[in-house]
Amino acid sequence: MTPEYYLLLSALLFTVGAVGVLVRRNAVVVFMCIELMLNAVNLSLVTFSRIHGNLDGQVMALFVMVVAACEVVVGLAIITAIFRTRQSSSVDDANLLKY
Amino acid sequence: MSSLSTVLAQAAGEVSTGEAIAFWILGPVALAGALGLVFARHAVHAALLLVLTMFSIAVLYLVQSAPFLGFVQIIVYTGAVMMLFLFVLMLVGRDSKDSVIEVLRGQRAAALVFGVGLAALLVGGLSRGLTDVTPAGLAQGGLDWNGNVPELGRLIFTDYLLAFELTAALLMVAALGAMVLTGSQSAQHAKLSQRETVLRRLRGEHARISPLPGPGVYATANSVAVPALLPDGSIAPESLAEIIESVSVDVPDTTTPDAHALTGRPAPDRTIESGEAGEANGTGAGPAADSGEHR
Repeated sequence: MTPEYYLLLSALLFTVGAVGVLVRRNAVVVFMCIELMLNAVNLSLVTFSRIHGNLDGQVMALFVMVVAACEVVVGLAIITAIFRTRQSSSVDDANLLKY
Repeated sequence: MSSLSTVLAQAAGEVSTGEAIAFWILGPVALAGALGLVFARHAVHAALLLVLTMFSIAVLYLVQSAPFLGFVQIIVYTGAVMMLFLFVLMLVGRDSKDSVIEVLRGQRAAALVFGVGLAALLVGGLSRGLTDVTPAGLAQGGLDWNGNVPELGRLIFTDYLLAFELTAALLMVAALGAMVLTGSQSAQHAKLSQRETVLRRLRGEHARISPLPGPGVYATANSVAVPALLPDGSIAPESLAEIIESVSVDVPDTTTPDAHALTGRPAPDRTIESGEAGEANGTGAGPAADSGEHR
């Protein structure tokens, strides 16, 4: 077994997250699927850091974590604001930008 | 001898047996949690399954000699981010169940095909491209468990200093943005003062002028299942909570009120109709006291 298996696991997790973003209707669950995709990429960054033998990948994973935390804070605030005005957290209901 | 080969294998970045066992246990667990996140009907279940996946990934960081990232993953993701998710789910939980109506026809099938294709593409590309890679490993530079955190700190504060400062600014902007988005009241949802509320009530903009009557408070019963009585002795239906509609309601004795109850003089026509009720009313007890007989 080589560290390549971590990359395969990361690819599968990323795929599951992408399918979840496309399939789920609840905005909060869509957000959680995006978090899963970010986590999968972090796992591959850590694995690449190990393969290359330096820590740059781990630093990048750390920055991804920080940006993901910011994204969660702002995104959940937007979901709460939309829920307050439209009384729904489904992504199908927030379609006024279309018109 | 075997321990020496294990150390050499680690120095070359190869996977030891213990790490392989950890991977083959935690990898399927992480994948199962991710699949559960997508297929769970209830959003809270999805959040908890994502916590499971994130824990598994954190342990995989630890076995890949990234202790700092592993603990940050547990503290920041499963500790802070997922609890924030659960908090918002509780706040928004009115329709936390997903709708099963497809707005775009065939979207789910297309998403599934896309997912299978993406997985095949990524897995195929990785397994073809990384067949004869010899991983360098973090141990040879002293970057594994002992040297990881100091070297990570040195990198962040030297090579990546600008990005780190930008990250700090980003965090601050995100916090302020969340406060602006959730904390501000729009003009049409502004909080009304007491005077404005009273004026709106009197103008008839509310369903009724006064607040709803509370349940009855009697000497023998003051539960919410006992309705309040109107001045003419009938039940005030608005004093009953809708939520206990299925519960049997203790209706007090609804005799017609006695105009002379307080003066002590028995009402002449009531004593003729029913002697016992007239006697009870004559002693000064109202219809409330009679409710005790039905409990």
